[in-house]
This record gives sequence, structure tokens and C-alpha cells, in this order.
Amino acid sequence: MNVQKQNHSSEQQEQILKDQKKQRKASYQNLMLSVSSILLFFFIWEMVALLKLVPEHYLAPPEAIFRLLIIKIHDPNPDGAVLTVNILSSLQISFTGFIAAILIGVPLGWLMGWYRVVDSVVNPIFDIVRPIPPVAWIPLTIVWMGVGLKAKATIVFLSAFIPCVINSYTGIRQTNPVLIHVGKTCGASDFTIFWKIGIPSAMTMTFTGIKLAIGNAWSTLVAAEMLAASSGLGYMILQGRNFGRTDIVMLGVLAIGIIGTIIITLFSHLENVVLRWKRK
Amino acid sequence: MEQTEYKVRVEHLTKYFGDLHVLDDISFNIRKGEFLCVVGPTGCGKTTFLNLLTRIIAPTSGELYIDGIPADPKKHNLAFVFQEPSAMPWLTVEKNLRFGLEIKKIPKDEADRRVEEILKLLGLGDFRNFYPHQLSVSTAQRIIIGRAFIMHPDLLLMDEPYGQMDIKLRFYLEDEVIKLWKELKSTVVFITHNIEEAVYLADRVLILTNKPASIKEEVIIDLPRPRDVVDSKFIAYRKYITDQIKWW
Repeated sequence: MNVQKQNHSSEQQEQILKDQKKQRKASYQNLMLSVSSILLFFFIWEMVALLKLVPEHYLAPPEAIFRLLIIKIHDPNPDGAVLTVNILSSLQISFTGFIAAILIGVPLGWLMGWYRVVDSVVNPIFDIVRPIPPVAWIPLTIVWMGVGLKAKATIVFLSAFIPCVINSYTGIRQTNPVLIHVGKTCGASDFTIFWKIGIPSAMTMTFTGIKLAIGNAWSTLVAAEMLAASSGLGYMILQGRNFGRTDIVMLGVLAIGIIGTIIITLFSHLENVVLRWKRK
Repeated sequence: MEQTEYKVRVEHLTKYFGDLHVLDDISFNIRKGEFLCVVGPTGCGKTTFLNLLTRIIAPTSGELYIDGIPADPKKHNLAFVFQEPSAMPWLTVEKNLRFGLEIKKIPKDEADRRVEEILKLLGLGDFRNFYPHQLSVSTAQRIIIGRAFIMHPDLLLMDEPYGQMDIKLRFYLEDEVIKLWKELKSTVVFITHNIEEAVYLADRVLILTNKPASIKEEVIIDLPRPRDVVDSKFIAYRKYITDQIKWW
């Protein structure tokens, strides 16, 4: 019996290793496909520009934007700040708003999902705030907080806060009742069950919410930087438009896209660590 | 005198859900270390019955005493094996086993000792760092059974834990449960609709009636272990219980 069991376990382990190998191979293939699709995109863009299918002041070719990127690293013209300053300034605003949104929104969503009292108190207000587009708050935030970091971060906060709350709320609501019963029969208090069963159960949805929040935070950035700024990627884009420099606009747009992707990728890695127990 | 002899006393347990009468005046006792099987037709209120025993829901009237004290999951050591998979998917095998021990604040060295003991009894030491999704359904259920026995519970309740498994696996797992039960001397209430399983496992079988459920009869299974399912006495018990519940 024992020998048989041993065989069974090593067989299972072997199967798992084989599956992992297969997964790694598949993910490598997917990566190659993604890289080629990006390269192809830039190639077509370059061709369109080279063959002058679109006038150059409408569509700068990728290599011109790349050259501008090198220049913008040390040259603050024409918008008044070098690229790194713009990026750092944008990151500062979006991270301030985004992190505040996670720190407040996620626990709030969990508490609303678990405790009916919190839900009844907060939900009506939340329902009214939810459909308001974040940019609609701009005039009010100017009146309340001026045009500094605080005001801009608040706009970002409002956009990132909503998905954090909704998803962590939904996540904890979907806690498997059987697992709650397991906790109850062990004699766990309601808070212990919330902490040890509710929150881990809600983690998947919570991460989805946070990822949506990253997207929202980043895309509200341009609007937030319209408030008034002397640096920032949104500001750089606006200045580019004012000077009729499509290359600067496109550099700003690309920078937002690429940095956003990097942040989401880093975050997905964090998610994979935290949710490593999940079936892939 | 009688009160001290019994580990668990169930007195006049009755449950209504609104107008729906689910359980009707159920009374019975369980000796310490006894293996009790409860058989009853599907939908007769077996799950309600168990949920009352674990205090997940409160009875309309009646009481359940463990060692003479009204049962309370916070005071008593109850363990439950559900029919559905109930391993915490975010915890490894070992941490799943520790889950209840941590809630009951069992000292670390005692918890370590029990974890090793159960892993050894189950022969699942190699899987201690696996997550439930990496295991087969039956292995995951064995972990759950281990998680119940590791509590050294005052009362261990099992709700058709092998409902989903094929017959070969059932025999293997039933033997394993008997092994754990003998080793750890737990008091077990095992619910099933499989009469053969009940006769194979139980010291005593309670037969429930249709809704509202009450106890129709109790049958003491006086057979040596390990039992043989084709033994004539075994078949006689099985046939007798089947006759009692023909009206299912």
C-alpha cells in the first residue's frame, strides 16, 4: 500500500513538473508573438511616414520621435522641462492619488462587503459619487485646494478609488459560504473569519480593481495636469499642441503608454506572487 | 451517572424554517469515541441536522450538550467535513491543516507534533507545500479529513464526504477514516445515504424518516473490524436497514 502511494505521489509531482515546463514554453511563445506585433506596428508606422502617405506635421515617424526622446532628456525646450522631470512629476501625482485610493478604497470595499452596517451607511453616498466623471471635480478642487500637487492627486484619487472599492466589495461578497462555515465550526469570531477567510477570498477581485485603478489613474493624469502645471507628461502634450509640434505630443502619448504598461507589468508580477496559490 | 457516560447528548432537537418543519424532536446520545452513522433520504434535513449540531444555525427548540455543557464552537472543539471542497485555496496543505489549530490557539510545538502525525497517517508528507488546486479532488478531501481529525475534536461531523467518489476510492478512504478514528479516538457523526458505507463504518446507525425528520430506528452494528462487505452478517445488516427505509 505504502509503495503504491509513494508511486502515486511522485507520479503526480512529475505531472506537475511537466505541466510547468509546458506552461513556460507557451508563455515564451506568447512573449515572442507580442514582441513581433509591437515591432510590426512600428515598422508600418515608419513605412507610412517614409512613403509620405501622411504629411509629416500630422504624423512624425518613429525614428524622429526616438531622436526627440534623446534630445528631450537634456533639453527643456519647448515646454520648459526635460522629459525625466515631466515623467517624475507625472509619476508623483499619479502615485500619490493612486496609493491613497488603494489605502482607502480597498479596506472600505472589504468592510462594506462584510459588514452590513458599513454597507448601509456608505453605499448610498458611494452610489451618488460613482457615476461622476473625475474631471467634473476639477473646478471644485481648484476652489478647495488650488492647483498644486494636492489638487491634481485628488482628481487621480477619485478616478482610482471607485474601481478599488467596487472590486474589493464584490470580491469579498463572493466568499465561499462553505469556507465561512469552516471558520465558524472552528469557533472563529466574525472578525477572524473576515481577516483569515474573507480577505484572502477577495484578493483576486481586489487585484483586478487595483489594476483598473492604475489604468484610471494614469488616464486621468492628462486631465489633472490641465489644471495648471509647469511640468508633467500631460502638460508636455498640451504644450506640444500649442506649439503645433505633433512629435512632442506623440512622444508624450507614447511615454504615457509605455510607462503605464511598465507599471501594470510590475504590478502583475506582484499579483503573481501574492496570488501564487491560484490555478494558472 | 448516565450524563457522564455520554460524550454528546442531543435532546428534543426541533427546527422550523418559517412554516417548514424540518426536524421533529430528535433525541439521542453518543458515547465517547463512538462512530455513529446517520442515514436518511435525500432532502430529509440531514444537512440542517448537521448544521444544528455545529451551531451554524440555531435550533427552534431542544439542546445539544457536549460533556454536559450546551455545545458552543468557541468553547468546544468541533470539526466538520463538508461535502463540497472546503480547503482554503490560498493555503498550502500544511497551512490548511494548521488553520483550526491556529484559531484554537494550540501551542506551536503541540501543533507541529499534530501536523506531523496527521501527515504521516495520511501519507501526504510529500505534498505539504502543495496548494489545493495542485491536488486531485480525493487528495484534497483527505486533507480536509485530516484537518478535522487534527483538532482532536470533541465531536467530528462528516456530511457525505465521499459522495462524489467512485467505489474503489471510497473503500480506500473509508479504511483511512477508520484508521484515523481508531488512532485518535475521536467521536464521529457520519452522514450518508449509502447504506453499505454506513454498515461498513458505524458502531451504530441512526435511520431518519422523511421530512420532518425524526429517528425511525437505531441499529447497533455488532461486527468485528475490519469488516467484510460480502460477509453474510454484513449483508444481513445491510438488508435489514434497507428494509427499514424502503419507502424512500
